[in-house]
Amino acid sequence: MEPLSIVVCIKQVPDSWAEKSLRPADHRLDRDAADAVLNELDEYAVEEALRIKESRDGETTVTVLSMGPDRTAETLRKALSMGADAAVHLVDPALEGTDAVGTSYALARALGTMPHDLVIMGSESTDARMSVLPAMLAEQLGEAQLTFARKVDLDASTVTVERLTTDGYATVRAELPAVLSVVEKINEPRYPSFKGIMAAKKKPFTTLSLADVGADPAQLGLTGAGTRVLEATPRPARSAGEITDDDGTGGTRLAAFLAAHSFA
Amino acid sequence: MSQVLVLVDHREGVVSKGTLELLTKARELGEAAAVFCGPGVDTARPALAEYGAATIYVASDPAMDQHPVGPTVAVLAALVAEHSPVAVLVLATAEGREVAGRLAVRLGSGVITDAVGLDVDLVCDQQVFGGSTLVRSQVTRGVPVITVRPNSWPAQPSPVTPAELAVEVAPAPADTLATVVDRVRETGGDRPDLADATVVVSGGRGLGGPDGFTLLEGLADRLGAAVGASRAATDAGWYPHANQVGQTGRTVSPQLYVAVGISGAIQHRAGMQTSKTIVAVNKDREAPIFELADFGVVGDLFTVVPQLLEELDKRSG
Ligand SMILES: Cc1cc2nc3c(=O)[nH]c(=O)nc-3n(C[C@H](O)[C@H](O)[C@H](O)COP(=O)(O)OP(=O)(O)OC[C@H]3O[C@@H](n4cnc5c(N)ncnc54)[C@H](O)[C@@H]3O)c2cc1C
Ligand SMILES: Nc1ncnc2c1ncn2[C@@H]1O[C@H](COP(=O)(O)O)[C@@H](O)[C@H]1O
Repeated sequence: MEPLSIVVCIKQVPDSWAEKSLRPADHRLDRDAADAVLNELDEYAVEEALRIKESRDGETTVTVLSMGPDRTAETLRKALSMGADAAVHLVDPALEGTDAVGTSYALARALGTMPHDLVIMGSESTDARMSVLPAMLAEQLGEAQLTFARKVDLDASTVTVERLTTDGYATVRAELPAVLSVVEKINEPRYPSFKGIMAAKKKPFTTLSLADVGADPAQLGLTGAGTRVLEATPRPARSAGEITDDDGTGGTRLAAFLAAHSFA
Repeated sequence: MSQVLVLVDHREGVVSKGTLELLTKARELGEAAAVFCGPGVDTARPALAEYGAATIYVASDPAMDQHPVGPTVAVLAALVAEHSPVAVLVLATAEGREVAGRLAVRLGSGVITDAVGLDVDLVCDQQVFGGSTLVRSQVTRGVPVITVRPNSWPAQPSPVTPAELAVEVAPAPADTLATVVDRVRETGGDRPDLADATVVVSGGRGLGGPDGFTLLEGLADRLGAAVGASRAATDAGWYPHANQVGQTGRTVSPQLYVAVGISGAIQHRAGMQTSKTIVAVNKDREAPIFELADFGVVGDLFTVVPQLLEELDKRSG
């Protein structure tokens, strides 16, 4: 079988259980305030890459790629300890404040320096929650977009996915190279083993700057962003509701609540 | 007057309510122009006319349906180049966001996703971090591409007789690399779509099986609601995946959300926590869903829901 290069794009995000807030000075996410973790859906992306590798006879390499500040290296290490073969970290002071279009551009430039037959991503990051990067990256690369996959089949050079749609699913097919995004139904991610954690320390880890990938800094960072936040205000917390034990009239009282609010 | 392009979200020509909301807003910002891709424009025409689409651009090439996202982006990009619209508005469905994202890259524009408000200066309101923060932002480069959540403002009719123009689709080679070989529809029937519904009734593991969902459908029909489900319920096969509400399912923001036998995990909350009024039935007082609920009943759903139905019947006399 032909060798296959898989690149998994992963993102470090604030722990989703932690309170998130925007820095008052520049309306940007206060990333230092919360614990940072591997974006949950990206674990599924890494797992899917590892499963593809394990199911193939031919030579397969799984490289994880992430763009983010210095401490993103921890998250790349976590993916290595799950079993990825190599890590690439795109980090540059000029990246601070980059928006989604800029991120897709920078990742595309980085991918331009790496062999890749298949790019696998999560379908959404828990902090940005835009769900746009996989499609944007396919656009930047001019490669096939196979997103929101709950099932992936690779047969020689053809990939077939079941794409979730608003009323069911579609079976979508393309020739490699392709950009995939996965939803959580696709698999159950493994935990890093002790052996995996030890092995991760010796795996190739490459750090790239914007100059290394030939990306134009003018298109990146806050100045390159195509959108601007004018204002960010905390909204009053939801006022505590009325929670009552069912004393035998719970359904009746619920009906009264709905009627009082004109829903019934 | 400059045009505002609205990508029509439809199912074989049946136009979603969210699209009518976008047309309503487009009329405030300029001249509303609907962009209709795929088959079914005859079905769609009356609704688009009633909600004030002065122009309907129609791209009915079979490529529109055979390849996801790419050809739609090609149509919008061509229309933007030709007409320099004020903005492009797209409904914030999973596919709508993808169209918007790719279009922004192709045009070199900025993109804003999930707007819940939009003023005449194209300043967008977004609710981030589960609705805890309100952000006002603006596109600063190129023709603004904006995705808008359904139910963000009411749709108001303003009938016109639209001019209709056929659009030749010229997808770039990269737009047709992925091909749809089969489509399976798992939802249907007469209930409203999750995105359109003003009331959503959702069930979780607590329903215990498909029979629980029959009970829930009874409640939904009584309230004119769409039916949603938690991942636990869709994974168990009790209800179609397409009805999943949450991070990897649908995001809904109805007037009323009724959560029955759902614990309220963070991934579920991600899809419903901006609902206006939230009601929950759960036998566990500690369930996190109660943190969001305006009204909650701690009790067994198999007694609470039938009693609720009975009482609703009584009230309607
Ligand atoms: C990457 C990722 C993405 C995910 N995306 C989603 C998503 O999009 N949507 C989603 O919903 N989940 C999602 N999940 C799963 C989520 O974490 C939860 O596991 C899921 O929401 C739980 O569903 P549930 O509330 O129905 O089940 P449970 O958490 O098991 O809760 C069942 C509830 O029913 C109550 N109950 C039981 N019997 C009764 C009774 N007779 N009467 C009243 N109450 C009763 C129980 O007290 C309990 O609170 C995702 C998870 C991951 C990791
Ligand atoms: N900075 C980043 N570096 C690498 N991959 C990323 C980055 N940001 C987002 N992604 C990928 O894009 C997916 C969708 O993210 P988003 O569009 O932000 O919701 C994530 O699940 C990741 O796979």
